[in-house]
Amino acid sequence: MEAFAAESGGMPQLNPEFWISQIFWLTLTFGILYIILSKLILPKISDNLESRKSQILENIEAAEKQRENSEEKLKEYEEIVSKSKMEAKNIFNQAREKALKDISAKKEVLDKQIDEEISKAEQEIKELQSGAAEKINKIAIETSSELIQKLIGAEVNNSSISAIVDDLSKRSGDKYYGN
Amino acid sequence: MASNPMTQFNVHRIGPEIKIGTFDISFTNASLFMIISSVAILIIFNLGSKKNSLIPNKIQLLAELSYTFVSKMISDTAGLKAKPYFAFIFSLFMFVLFCNMFGMIPYTFTVTSHIIVTFVLAAFIFIGVTIIGFMKHGFGYLKLFVPSGVPAVLLPLIVVIEIISYLSRPISLSVRLFANMMAGHTMMKVFGGFVISLGIVGGWLPLSFSVALTGLEILVAFLQAYVFAILTCIYLNDALNLHH
Repeated sequence: MEAFAAESGGMPQLNPEFWISQIFWLTLTFGILYIILSKLILPKISDNLESRKSQILENIEAAEKQRENSEEKLKEYEEIVSKSKMEAKNIFNQAREKALKDISAKKEVLDKQIDEEISKAEQEIKELQSGAAEKINKIAIETSSELIQKLIGAEVNNSSISAIVDDLSKRSGDKYYGN
Repeated sequence: MASNPMTQFNVHRIGPEIKIGTFDISFTNASLFMIISSVAILIIFNLGSKKNSLIPNKIQLLAELSYTFVSKMISDTAGLKAKPYFAFIFSLFMFVLFCNMFGMIPYTFTVTSHIIVTFVLAAFIFIGVTIIGFMKHGFGYLKLFVPSGVPAVLLPLIVVIEIISYLSRPISLSVRLFANMMAGHTMMKVFGGFVISLGIVGGWLPLSFSVALTGLEILVAFLQAYVFAILTCIYLNDALNLHH
């Protein structure tokens, strides 16, 4: 029977000699393969895949959490920076105001002093102005009396000279003083 | 003998004849390659599931990619209800794939090139799916043969066609795989024979054909395993969800 195919030239597949044997061994090997795969190996692979999936998910979650944390930290940091910026601005403003106040106060004091000195000087000038005419008259009288004495050798009464000087100065006073 | 392209499909006994009653269940080269395929699958997936590292090594990646590939295929075609049958479809896909792939190695035996093997698998799927359908829907499962929106005049004809197409499922499923494997391997053998007979002068053309065919056959080996598994999923989908 073994040479059946070669002799007849047909298909060995249609030779039923070993059909039962093939069915038996197919059932046996495939059955064992199925049992081992389904009971032992496939659950392990499935577990491996699941655990990897869950691990990856966990890692992603952890990464997300850390990202959130870092974002929070960044926000805090920014807040601190903006707060300190504001503080610095405040301090600067205060210092400026204080400096301005100081300056204006000093300026006022100085202005007052200057005003006082100006008014004092003005008064002195006025006093000097009012005293000047009399002094000139006096000098004029004295010089004229001395001149007269030297010229004519006679003593002239001071009162008569002063009358003349007064008269003269009154006449020409307008020319010099504008009174 | 070597020039006959069909001798590669011969089944022969390895070791003594084993009989249970009148049945001959001797260990043959077919049995040997069934065992080799199964053991290869078990070794690869055992290695691939042993360590659970966050970053998988190559063999773990292979196992996990196969797992997700099959599980995606099932959920895409048969939905979430098919989850209990995942292990069966995974085993089926891997068994057919490995048998097909081992057949690509020269001097090996292709288990799936035998109609009896593919037919037993297909018949098992057919019976199982039918049982699942009746268990889920009772006699309502018969509605599968009565598509909605068909004129009453055509209905008897349609029902007959539907029943025939349903009953021919195991045949189409098994013949598709078996014929693909057998045809591919026969072609390769024929072209290989041409290389020898045409010799150093004319042998280059069939040799290049042979090389190209090897690539094609590897593709077919994968594709037929995939088709076998996905058709099982589609049949399962009919049984589980019943919307025609």
